[in-house]
Amino acid sequence: MARIGVVTFPGSLDDRDAARAITVAGGEPVPLWHKDRSLAGVDAVVLPGGFSYGDYLRCGAIARFAPVMEMIIDGAQGGLPVLGICNGFQILCETHLLPGALTRNDSLHFVCRDQRLRIDSTSTPWTSDYALGQEIVVPLKNGEGGYVADERTLDELEAEGRVVARYLEVNPNGSRRDIAGISNAAGNVVGLMPHPEHAVEPLTGPSTDGLAFFTSILTRLARA
Amino acid sequence: MSFDTVDNARHTPDEDQPWAELGLKEDEYQRIREILGRRPSSSELAMYSVMWSEHCSYKSSKVHLRQFGEKQTEAAKESLLVGIGENAGVVDIGDGWAVTFKVESHNHPSYVEPYQGAATGVGGIVRDILTMGARPIAVMDPLRFGPADAPDTRRVLPGVVAGIGGYGNCLGLPNIGGEVVFDESYAGNPLVNALCVGSLRHDEIKLAKATGVGNLVVLFGAKTGGDGIGGVSVLASETFDADKPSKRPSVQVGDPFTEKLLIECCLEIFAEDLVVGIQDLGGAGISCATSEMASAGTGGMHVVLDRVPLRDPTLSPEEILMSESQERMCAVVEPAKLDRFMGICQRWDITATVIGEVTDTDRLVIEWHSETVVDVPPRTVAHEGPVYQRPYGRPADQDARQADAPTAQRLVRPTTSVELRDTLLRLVSSPNLAAKGWVTSQYDKYVQGNTVLAQPEDAGVVRVDEKTGRGVAISTDANGRFTKLDPYAGAQLALAEAYRNVAATGAKPLAVTNCLNFGSPEDPAVMWQFAEAVRGLADACEALDVPVTGGNVSFYNQTGEVAILPTPVVGVLGVIDDVARRTPMALGPEGESVLLVGETRDELGGSEWAHVVHGHLGGLPPTVDLQRERQLAEILVAGSRDGMLTAAHDVSEGGVALALVEMALRGGRGARVVLPDDVDPFVALFSESTGRAVVVVPRSEELRFTDMCVARHVPVARVGVVDGVGDQAELAVQGQFSVSLAQLRTASEATLPALFGPSVG
Repeated sequence: MARIGVVTFPGSLDDRDAARAITVAGGEPVPLWHKDRSLAGVDAVVLPGGFSYGDYLRCGAIARFAPVMEMIIDGAQGGLPVLGICNGFQILCETHLLPGALTRNDSLHFVCRDQRLRIDSTSTPWTSDYALGQEIVVPLKNGEGGYVADERTLDELEAEGRVVARYLEVNPNGSRRDIAGISNAAGNVVGLMPHPEHAVEPLTGPSTDGLAFFTSILTRLARA
Repeated sequence: MSFDTVDNARHTPDEDQPWAELGLKEDEYQRIREILGRRPSSSELAMYSVMWSEHCSYKSSKVHLRQFGEKQTEAAKESLLVGIGENAGVVDIGDGWAVTFKVESHNHPSYVEPYQGAATGVGGIVRDILTMGARPIAVMDPLRFGPADAPDTRRVLPGVVAGIGGYGNCLGLPNIGGEVVFDESYAGNPLVNALCVGSLRHDEIKLAKATGVGNLVVLFGAKTGGDGIGGVSVLASETFDADKPSKRPSVQVGDPFTEKLLIECCLEIFAEDLVVGIQDLGGAGISCATSEMASAGTGGMHVVLDRVPLRDPTLSPEEILMSESQERMCAVVEPAKLDRFMGICQRWDITATVIGEVTDTDRLVIEWHSETVVDVPPRTVAHEGPVYQRPYGRPADQDARQADAPTAQRLVRPTTSVELRDTLLRLVSSPNLAAKGWVTSQYDKYVQGNTVLAQPEDAGVVRVDEKTGRGVAISTDANGRFTKLDPYAGAQLALAEAYRNVAATGAKPLAVTNCLNFGSPEDPAVMWQFAEAVRGLADACEALDVPVTGGNVSFYNQTGEVAILPTPVVGVLGVIDDVARRTPMALGPEGESVLLVGETRDELGGSEWAHVVHGHLGGLPPTVDLQRERQLAEILVAGSRDGMLTAAHDVSEGGVALALVEMALRGGRGARVVLPDDVDPFVALFSESTGRAVVVVPRSEELRFTDMCVARHVPVARVGVVDGVGDQAELAVQGQFSVSLAQLRTASEATLPALFGPSVG
């Protein structure tokens, strides 16, 4: 069974949810601690949502320096699949594994809603079980989720097919070009503002549309 | 720097002391002198002043609150593992699981400093739940503000909502319900109540006691600063007055990140069984934690105050004892377990310090710079404070108010179909009944992945056990207008509504908590409202066999002479064996039957219609029939368990009309409604008679369901059929009017954004 690490930083909140989603998808979640200096041989890593270190400074700016991140950055550069959700996305931007930054929502309010998205790339190991252009509804909850980057970077992301998901109907946070998630050039590192791990059970989520993020990676790892 | 010591107090008996500035009355000060046989040192005076404050000592309410224990039935006690008196009550929900829940006020701080006041209200109640040994699993916030369009509401409401969200979201606790109510009487006295629920196994319960001579007293969490000094005394236990200085320094400042670490740290400590007793530091800070734990334990404690880690090294011993700095806990630990305890704190980067030990002296002794600054019997500080029999009397205008009933002669009622339709839209868009998405979309309801139902559903439902699906439902309710008209009935109506809301989701109501928000207890009219409300609530709990597990009293919610509407907020917790069986409120699917369970009478006293259309508050509130509530709850729970119900929604503010609108909007479906022939259409739509619910049942289950109602002698009538999907769908009242869902949605959802700014929703 594929083993997927879930990192807990001080202030991580959705770590248990990410672990549950991995279990529901049929994988084995492995808890990783921010002070760890080994990845315990996991096959992929999820950086979960939350407010690491309280996010009193720029979101993710301190977590980026956690000991475990050294291993993850090295791994990601060598092709280790990494999914950053919400705070995890912010951390990935701080590490420069992903370009751009997440800024305060244009509404200036924290927002929690069921968000419609379109999957715009199925070539990443985290989205291969979706159909290109598939519309999904998953929870979104953030205070600083406005994706920004300079025009050239945005053009590059579009041209290289690295926009993984886009907001439909409502842009909830002022993200440039309705971007909800992106990948690195190699595709193994994906950052996503909405929360697929909260949409894996019909009882507790608005849908089960988020599950395919986790089955995708398991499919990929099974093939490898 | 010089400071007052016990020794000094013995030698200078006549020194002037600032007891009045600290909120004590002269006779209270004299009593402290009698207890000690000398004048108190300034540190002792600080301790007594905060612990004998109304907020901490319940000195005006105690004589009434006793009824909650005295009237508890044997059946009610069955599910109670820990009752009133601890930080929160603990209830058995089966399979070895227990839950603990409580609601508290943070009214005064939230008016002075809305963001921090509301944020630390969440933080405080979460620590109360944690202290019992439980993992906090959800929060909810009953809120009340002045008129929605008042300028000060625009200052207070957004700050309060942002504070609750800012703190609760950062803790990773789903916010699953609550209330938002506007009324003139809350202008200048907003009510910010916070509820938390936590889950634990039966054998994990922890208590706040310092037992075992030689065991160590450990303070852990945030460092102590100068914030919140006198929060419980000079802030929470006095009325606001324009002439007095700003009370902002008495409001605490929250750090949810530290609290999140504290939660995880405590849960690891509990898992390894490393504490003898534990207490959170909230109101009255170290004064409260040390005196309460000593008083409940072996009896003696020795504390070296110099060891308390400080954020501000210039703090005096009095300030350290009174500080209400947040995110602190106090534990009693056996010496042999200290290393492991400290190791876990270190893992979570939590500062932990041994500040003292348990002794067999029956005295709480605190030293500072090697001198004794406190030497008191802890019971006199924590549990034997003053008790008042405050005078109370029925207000002079009560009879006249009750006589002013909203009859058809007194208030013009809509009669034509156009008038009825207009009335509906007006109510739907009124701030109290309009959609609250502007508020609730700022709260994370998904975190922890166990939220099964959340606002605007009747009750929040969370899964406790992922394997079996066992879960709990919670609702809080209060109706200040009903309570003003009849405090005894008003408190019972609050309980009845919360009880009904819990049952509507399919959960069996099990236990009660309350937050009693009133004006000044020094006003006999307010005290009468309070006494009547407590008597009413205690009697109703007895009739329904549900125990009060704890709660909170908030007095002095008034500016000058004008008190708030008496507002007893009642929280009911229920258990559901499998959350997959929960009943949501949304209409659906097409063709299923819409039934009204219960009886509709001409009851519009204190109604939303009288408030919105006529600005009228008179007559009597709807009749309370607790046996009917119990029967209705049994029907709703059985209907859920046996899979008969597609949807259920309680009928309350705004009557059947609003219940149908809320169900239609939630489901995105219309309905064709047929009003009964024998009731006036206006009364049928807008009366607020209690003991009623609207349910949706598949045709195949209709006979079985109605038979069940008839067997219990509860009236039931088919009032409609579920219609199609989409915004073009209509809520059509046959022979009267129809309104499209699009129009209803706009009416409901545009109100709060128009008042408080755009919202993503």
